[in-house]
Amino acid sequence: MEIYADNAATTKMSKTAINAMLPYMEEIYGNPSSLHTTGQIAAEHLLDARERIAKCIGAETNEIYFTSGGSEADNQAIISAAKNGAKKNKKHIISTAFEHHAVLHTLNKLEKEGFEIELLSVGKTGTVTAEQVKEAIREDTCLVTIMYANNEIGSILPISEIGAVCKEIGVTFHTDAVQAAGHVHINVKEQNIDLLSLSAHKFHGPKGIGVLYARKGILLTNIIEGGGQERGKRAGTENIPAIMGMAAALEEAVNNLDKNSEKLTKLRDKLISGLSEIPHSTLNGDPVNRLPGNVHFIFEGIEGESLLLLLDAKGIRASSGSACTSGSLDPSHVLLSIGHPHEIAHGSVRLTFSEENTEEEIDYILKAVPEVVSYLRNMSPLWRDKVNGIKPFVLQ
Amino acid sequence: MALYSEKVMDHFLNPRNVGTMEEANGVGEVGNAKCGDIMKIYLDIDENQIIRDVKFETFGCGSAIASSSMATELIKGQPVSEALALTNKAVTEALGGLPAHKIHCSVLAEEAIKAAVKDYYDREGIEYDPADFPDESACAHCH
Repeated sequence: MEIYADNAATTKMSKTAINAMLPYMEEIYGNPSSLHTTGQIAAEHLLDARERIAKCIGAETNEIYFTSGGSEADNQAIISAAKNGAKKNKKHIISTAFEHHAVLHTLNKLEKEGFEIELLSVGKTGTVTAEQVKEAIREDTCLVTIMYANNEIGSILPISEIGAVCKEIGVTFHTDAVQAAGHVHINVKEQNIDLLSLSAHKFHGPKGIGVLYARKGILLTNIIEGGGQERGKRAGTENIPAIMGMAAALEEAVNNLDKNSEKLTKLRDKLISGLSEIPHSTLNGDPVNRLPGNVHFIFEGIEGESLLLLLDAKGIRASSGSACTSGSLDPSHVLLSIGHPHEIAHGSVRLTFSEENTEEEIDYILKAVPEVVSYLRNMSPLWRDKVNGIKPFVLQ
Repeated sequence: MALYSEKVMDHFLNPRNVGTMEEANGVGEVGNAKCGDIMKIYLDIDENQIIRDVKFETFGCGSAIASSSMATELIKGQPVSEALALTNKAVTEALGGLPAHKIHCSVLAEEAIKAAVKDYYDREGIEYDPADFPDESACAHCH
């Protein structure tokens, strides 16, 4: 059996998305910037995609900027808000300790340029409250950037509440919604979101395409200079096939969101409840406000990469936040941010599902994971020391 | 899988000499949980200083398990002097290479064997030059 359980990394493209792209490679191939008929037909289709995407997140058509993906959108959102703040001498930025590196590394860069970055603690559950944000906001705060849902541990953050706080005080609010778009309902107007990033390949769309939503009135700083595409804010000929694929995929995801979410939540909770029976293990992330397709566990006494490779050998494609999978010496910053010591943070596994996964697959995983965990524990001297009482257990 | 060579995957998926050994007369453990890898080597050395049997236990990634397995294969049936001469380079080469950031796993295997031999020397009262043995409390790749 081959089970793809790494949908937070990327998803398989849907037939809908593929079919939506094909005409834009063969028939409607014009450059929307061209004045002739071929170009203008492409421009009309581009506008149509922009309108449909805007509708999916409750935005206006001219608030949608196409980018190369989530990372570029995060970079541009944060740099723009920082530049806008610096003009008014506001150089304080609030974020969280477990953001994606596209956010954290951009913030690191700004810190070197003289901005003050405050990363809110996410606690054991892996979330922040609107009160935390409110308390952290100062006179000189120019941006609050907080992810909609965490890519590793699956927590969904209280974005509406944080948006309300930011609106009340008048601080620009950006959310990295790469893991959330197409999986939870988003309405930028109702939720008071000023800037939002999303990426098509996380909801069965193509790779290399994403969106930066910027509320009307927010001045964007160019990351890529060149032609006047995207109202002068993002140069480069539009990737129309990918944009059409993204529009179709997002519409499909949003239209089926409740149905998919219900199915996934059931599968997820079955898996969580089964894996919880493995002794000395823990579920990570918010157990209630959680992405419908995310299961994230730590198993004490073993290392994540070997767990991952053994699951792979059994046909299960998963992911881990262990140091050994990243090429660095430290385990994932997300697992450290929720208070896990290095020792157990190495033993993590993330299984992320899409609506294509089945209950039969969950049953197979429920059989395979405990087998692999006990096999690795049996050859782990660390586990032996814990069982023999020489070293203490971290997880009870 | 492109991440590891076939040889590494073979030793990872079918590790040789896994387990513990009650009659071991030399035991060495290196690494620590914080770094994410611990290797423990058990040696059964006979009166002619030949390694009669060897077992290992490893907490770590795929290449750590494969390195332990390969290292035990390389020293099994060999004189202690050969085991002491085993380098991480020899382990890496026998595995058909390791990714650059995994080389420390082979270093750990070399150190675990040295630590086990040192333990054997200590138990048997055999004299040795401490300079020949790494400080096993220090983890080579951790800061």
